[in-house]
Amino acid sequence: MILGLSHNAQWVLLSTLILGTAAGIIGCFAYWKRQSLMSDALSHAALPGVICGFAILGVKNLPVMIAGAAASALFGALLIHWIRSSSRVKEDAAMGIILSVFFGLGVMLLTFVNRMAGASQSGLDSFIFGQAASMVSKDVWLMAGLALLVLFISMIAFKEWKLFLFDAAFAKGLGLSSRWMNSLYMFSLVLVIVIGIQAVGVILMAALLITPAVSARYWTNSFKGMMILSALFGGGAGVIGTLLSAYGKGWPTGPFIVIAAASLFVVSLALGVRKGLLVMGIQQYRQRKLLNKPSVHQRGALERGNSA
Amino acid sequence: MSYAGWIILTASLVGISCGLVGSLLVLRRMAMMADAISHTVLLGIVTAFLITRELSGIHMLIGAIVAGLLTAILIQWLHSLGVQQEASIGVVFTSLFAVGVVLIATKVGNAHLDVQHTLMGEITFIPWEKMSLPWIGEVPEAVFILSIVLIVVLIAIIGFFKEWKLTSFDPALAASIGIPVVLMHYVFMGLVSVTTVAAFDAVGAIMVVAMLITPASAAYLWTDRLAIMMGLSGAFGIIAAVAGYYIAVWLDTSISGSMAFATGLLFMISFIASPKHGIVARLRRPTLTST
Repeated sequence: MILGLSHNAQWVLLSTLILGTAAGIIGCFAYWKRQSLMSDALSHAALPGVICGFAILGVKNLPVMIAGAAASALFGALLIHWIRSSSRVKEDAAMGIILSVFFGLGVMLLTFVNRMAGASQSGLDSFIFGQAASMVSKDVWLMAGLALLVLFISMIAFKEWKLFLFDAAFAKGLGLSSRWMNSLYMFSLVLVIVIGIQAVGVILMAALLITPAVSARYWTNSFKGMMILSALFGGGAGVIGTLLSAYGKGWPTGPFIVIAAASLFVVSLALGVRKGLLVMGIQQYRQRKLLNKPSVHQRGALERGNSA
Repeated sequence: MSYAGWIILTASLVGISCGLVGSLLVLRRMAMMADAISHTVLLGIVTAFLITRELSGIHMLIGAIVAGLLTAILIQWLHSLGVQQEASIGVVFTSLFAVGVVLIATKVGNAHLDVQHTLMGEITFIPWEKMSLPWIGEVPEAVFILSIVLIVVLIAIIGFFKEWKLTSFDPALAASIGIPVVLMHYVFMGLVSVTTVAAFDAVGAIMVVAMLITPASAAYLWTDRLAIMMGLSGAFGIIAAVAGYYIAVWLDTSISGSMAFATGLLFMISFIASPKHGIVARLRRPTLTST
């Protein structure tokens, strides 16, 4: 139908579109909670869970692996919170520790499982860089369902989210439980990460959450506008990246999606109407011209100063 | 020396250099910057390979230092344009890393350099790639490079100890008494890149982060003095390297993965049992609130 792609490729395209959209929206939340790198730590922390999910059944079963990934990522989030709150290690170091140690554990388990499964690599390596082409329509349904759930959560409570992100104290004053909102936020974040790891891979999943949100920030000051734009950028990056990676045999999808997102970011950085480089440059140029062209008063002052 | 001996020596050299550099990283709250640099180093290595078409140590070292400094500069630039620090780190390193992976997948192929290798390291091959040195005899190339890096790290840290200590704890004071804070920052970033790329070949991108951050964070829980923290952190790095190797042999699994896991175990022990800042110590004197 579209560009003469095969049936399966269309499914894959649809799934990366939905995934990018959901990631763009949750990415906005993460951006305003100043937790962009948390998504990076959590996506790395999901690896041991994925492998465990595989090891339990012995075959590739997406729902089980997603459940494992979610459990392991949530455990990682809990540990980060615990380390940060009950020792003097700062948040960034806590994230670095969890990220690298969980990933190391994942690699250990991966070696085990690869040996267990024999020579067939069982497609587990594709979880590191993402291999969207390996998805079948059942996986796409699951991904789309979960992504729509995330979209639904963020739409239905849009007002609450806004309040929670921008004025947490006021939200608390109105009786909004910040504990619940935090849990809901973490839940949505982990959900987006785990559905993304098959298409984008654990290493680059964070980019899909961070980059569209930052790009959208260059175009608008309204939170709603930023969310819509970020969703568009995310979805666009997903589609473009998937199409590009389909040109080569065995090319990983994740890096191409990330490069597409990064290109959108560079365009936004250069041309964005809010603090984009071009706009800033023009403004500076105008200001400089205004400054260099002395007004009548200044000219008079200068002449008086010179004559004195 | 035996095969296992060389591997342990390599890993210990990685552990000690990373531990020394890592304690400054942790104190300067730049742990995620290390994560970023360890990823973008890949792009530097791939570019160096595409230009020179050979996998020699010195070209890669130069490529990696350039990539590391470029990362630091780009992040700083984006931050100065009003992007949050965290978000700018996230944008820069994921993009550059993706470019590196795509270059490997499309241009380089699996012949010399593959993604798996760069992420997880190939410490098992290190003892085979030997070079001969005058007076010393045959040593693996990686051991030679890592020793030089360790010497550079030691010289830099001893030479700039006072400056880095001050810029880490009180950058405003450092600037006011005339220490070039920005220059010091970039010199330090250069040092991080050098350490990262040397360790990269042995343990891979993700484990470098483990070696840089985890032993240093563990040491941070034991002491309040910078010099002691650095020493402890280096020691923890060595312990993790040795323990990781034996865990890997015992379970017959990935060496670099289990080294990262061993650093995690060390941190967990420190987190629970450290006399000053551990969980147990806190429970035993609940009335004392720490700052």
